[in-house]
Amino acid sequence: MRIPVETFHLDNGLFVTLSEDHTAPIAAVNLWYHVGSANEKTGRTGFAHLFEHMLFQGSAHVGSNEHFELIQRAGGTLNGSTWLERTNYFETVPSNELALALWLEADRMGELLPAMTQEKLDTQRDVVKNERRWAVDNQPYGTMLEKMQELVFPPSHPFQHSLIGSMEDLSAASLDDIAQFFATYYTPDNAVLSIAGDFDSKEALALIREYFGPIPKGKGKPPLPPMSLPPVFGSRKREVVYDNVSLPRLFLAFRSPIFGSDEYYAASVTAALLGMRKGSRLQRALVRERQIAADAGAFTFDLAKGSDILVVDVTARPETPVAQLEEEVEREIDLLCREGASGEEVQRAIALIETDLVASLQSAGERADRLSMFATYFGNPELINQQVDSYRRVTAERVNELVSERFSEANRASLIYVPREGVESESMLAAAAGAS
Amino acid sequence: MVTALRPKPGPVRSYRFPQFTDEKLASGIRLVTAPVEKLPVVTVLVVVDAGSANDPPGKEGVAALTAATLLEGTSRLSGSELAETFERLGTSVDSGADWDSAFAKITMLSERLDDAVSLLGQVLSEPSFPDREVERLKAERLAEILQLETEPRGLADEKFSEFLYAAESRYSKPDEGSAESVSALSRADVEQFYRARYRTESTTVIIAGDVSLENVRALVEKAFSGWVSGATLDQQLTATARTSLKSVHIIDKQNAPQSELRVGHVGLPRKNPDFFPTLVMNAVLGGLFGSRINLNLREARGYTYGASSYYDWRRGPGPFVVSTAVQSEVTAPALREIFLELERMRRDLISEDELSLARDYLDGVFPIRYETTAAIASALASLVIYGLPADYYDTYRNRVRSVSVEDVLQAARAHLHPSELQTVVVGDAKVIRDSLAKLQIGDVKVHEA
Repeated sequence: MRIPVETFHLDNGLFVTLSEDHTAPIAAVNLWYHVGSANEKTGRTGFAHLFEHMLFQGSAHVGSNEHFELIQRAGGTLNGSTWLERTNYFETVPSNELALALWLEADRMGELLPAMTQEKLDTQRDVVKNERRWAVDNQPYGTMLEKMQELVFPPSHPFQHSLIGSMEDLSAASLDDIAQFFATYYTPDNAVLSIAGDFDSKEALALIREYFGPIPKGKGKPPLPPMSLPPVFGSRKREVVYDNVSLPRLFLAFRSPIFGSDEYYAASVTAALLGMRKGSRLQRALVRERQIAADAGAFTFDLAKGSDILVVDVTARPETPVAQLEEEVEREIDLLCREGASGEEVQRAIALIETDLVASLQSAGERADRLSMFATYFGNPELINQQVDSYRRVTAERVNELVSERFSEANRASLIYVPREGVESESMLAAAAGAS
Repeated sequence: MVTALRPKPGPVRSYRFPQFTDEKLASGIRLVTAPVEKLPVVTVLVVVDAGSANDPPGKEGVAALTAATLLEGTSRLSGSELAETFERLGTSVDSGADWDSAFAKITMLSERLDDAVSLLGQVLSEPSFPDREVERLKAERLAEILQLETEPRGLADEKFSEFLYAAESRYSKPDEGSAESVSALSRADVEQFYRARYRTESTTVIIAGDVSLENVRALVEKAFSGWVSGATLDQQLTATARTSLKSVHIIDKQNAPQSELRVGHVGLPRKNPDFFPTLVMNAVLGGLFGSRINLNLREARGYTYGASSYYDWRRGPGPFVVSTAVQSEVTAPALREIFLELERMRRDLISEDELSLARDYLDGVFPIRYETTAAIASALASLVIYGLPADYYDTYRNRVRSVSVEDVLQAARAHLHPSELQTVVVGDAKVIRDSLAKLQIGDVKVHEA
C-alpha cells in the first residue's frame, strides 16, 4: 500500500502536498499553521486557540460564520484544532466543491483582519470560556492536560503552560493581539496546504496559485526559546489532585523521544504493549487478573520538539486504595524494566498499530492531515508511506533499550487524581479514630 | 489580494453507495457483503437481535453484559487467550449491545480475514461465560455507574431518560443497567439470555471491504456452523411518557461552573413515515452548526461552546432532545431561548435559505459518510436492524431533496410538542432555582446528585 504524494512550493513559501485518490468523489483540504500554544507570549495563555475560533468569524470577502455555512451548504464537513505545536483547519467536501474550500482558506490567510471586530472577539471569548468550563473545569479529570504540562515541563518551557488558557489571560486578549499574531504566524511560509482525494493535480495547483499566490510572504517569526531537555527528569515527580472525581486515577508520565525519531517508534510500541487493548500488560495484569483497575491505557503526546511524553493511564476500581493503585502500576513498570518485553508482545503491538494506521488512511481527511503533519514537522510528507515500516523495524531489543533508558525511577512523574469526598470522609474517619 | 470572486461548484461527480449482496445461508444466518476496493482493509460486523430493549424486567443490563462476556472465553480458549489471538492478528473485538441489537465488530488487514472470522465465529457460537469474568464485568459496570455521579454530561443524559419515560418503560433505565439491576445479574441470567436470543435466524454477518464474495460465503458458513437455529420472539416495548405535563428537574451540583441542559419529549420510532421531513426539520432547528439553536446560543450570545438537537432513532420511540451546557448564570435565559426556538419552528415556515442549507448539506455530505469500511458496515447494519429496503441508500438523497418548507412545518407541528417538554438541569440549584421557577416551564423539583 502506497499513498501517492506530490509536493510544490509557491514563491511566497507555501508548502503544498497533493495526494490523488479517485475511489469516491470526495476531496479533503487541510492547512497546518506551524504555531501552537508553545508560541504564546507570557500573559496570553490560550491565545492560539482563541485565535483559531476567530478564523471562523469571517474575512475580507466572507461574512461572520459564513465559512461554516458555505462549506455545510456544499455538503462538506469542517473544523479546526489547536495543539502545543500547531493549529490546523480542515474541510472535506464533495470534490466538485474543492475550489470553494481552497478559496475560503486563502481569503482568511490573506485578509482576515478587515473582518475582526471587538464584538466578535468578545463573543468568541465567551464561547471559549464556556469550552473551558465544559471540557476542563466541569469534567472529571478534565484538568489532566494542563496539570501534566505543568508537572513535566520546567517553568518557562514553551510546553509548560495551559493550551486552553486561564480565564484571566483569555479576558486580557485584545484586537491588537489578534493583528500581531496574524501578521507573525498566519503567513504562507509558516503553513502547509494539503489536498487528498478526487482531484486533478494540475487543476488543483492552478487554483492554489490563483488563490494563495498573491498572499505576501511573512517577515519571519520569533524563534522559540530553547526546547531541548535532558532525556530524563532527573528525579521523581509526584502531584496529588483532590478533585470532584469518583475514582482514583493515576497518570504516570515518562520523558520520551521526540515524535518521528527512530526511538519514538520504539516508545510508541512500548506504550502499545503496556496499554493498547485487552492483551496489553496493564490490562491483563491490573484489569483482568488482579482486578484492581477499572481501565488501563498508555499513549504518547507525539511532540516533535524538545521532548515527548509517554503516559500510562490507569483508573482504579472503587475499592482500590490510591496507594495500592500507585504501587501496582509501578510494579508492572519495574517488571518490564527487569525482565524486558518479549518478541511476541512487540509483534502484537505492531500488528494492532499497523491495522489502525491503514484503517485510518481510508479517510481523505486523515490522509491530508498526516501529509500536513509530516510536511510541517519534517519537511517531508513522504514519511506517510514510511510509518508502517518504521513500526515494523521495532524489535524487542530496541524496546528494551528504550525501557532501560527511560523508565527508571529518575524519569517518572505521577499525577494522581483522588476523589475529594473520599478524602474528606477518610480524614473524618482518621479524626474519629484519633479521638477514641 | 485574494480574489473577491467566489468560485462556483464544478459539475457534480456521480456517487453510489457501495453495492452489496444480501443472502440467507443454509445455517439460517443472513450474510450481507459489500466488496470495496480501496485499501487492504475489511470490517466484519455481526449483528444479533439481542439489544437492550429485550432485557427482561428486573434484568436491565443483561443484553450488554451478555455481549461483553462473549469475549471472555469459549469452550476452547480463555478470555485472555482470545484477546491475544485476535490481537496478534492485528485486531480486537468491539462488542456490546445497543437498544435494538447486540454487535461484535472487528476491522483488520484483509490478509488476516480468514483467521479472524473463524475466531469470531467461535466467540459467537461457543461462549463459555466464565463466572469470574461475569462478576468482573459487573464490577466494572458498577465502577462506570459510580463515575457518572461526577460526570455531568452522562448524568444529564441518564436523568433525562429517567424523568422522560414511564417507570415501566425499558427506555427509562440506562441501556447497560442500573446499579441495582446489574448487581443482581448472574451467570445464569447471561446464559439464559444468550440461549433465548442468539440464534442463527436472529444473526446477520456484515462484511465490508477488500474481499471476494465467494471466499466470504464459504468462510462464514464454516465459522458460524453448529449453532442453534430458530427465530426469537420480539418483546413488547412500552415507551410512554412519564407525564404529559411540563416539568423541570434540577440535579444539584454545588458550585458547578456550568449547567448541563437536556430538554425534550418522547420522539418517534425509526420507521415513522415522516422520517425525512423530521430529519430536515431537526437539521434546521439544531442538527447543524448553522442551525437556529446553535447560532442563537453560541454565536449570538456566547452562552455555550455548542448546542444541538436530535431525535434518537430507535425501533421504538426514542427521545427528541435539545442538548447543551451553558454558564450557570445564564441557565434561565438559555432555556427561554430553547423554548422560543421550538415554538418558532412550529409557528412559521422556515425560509428557503434555511431549507436549502439543511437539504444541501444532508444530500452533499452523503458520500463523505461512507469513506471507511466500518462506516459502510454500520450503514448496512441499519438496514438490517430497522428493516429498511435494499434501495434505501440509493434513494436517500432524492428523498432528502424532495422535502419542502411546507413539509418541514408540518413535521414540526406533528413532532415537536412544546407543551410536553421535560427539562433536566445538572447544575448548581442555589444559583438557578429561582430563575427557572419564574420561566414557567413546569414545576421545579430539586434532586440530590
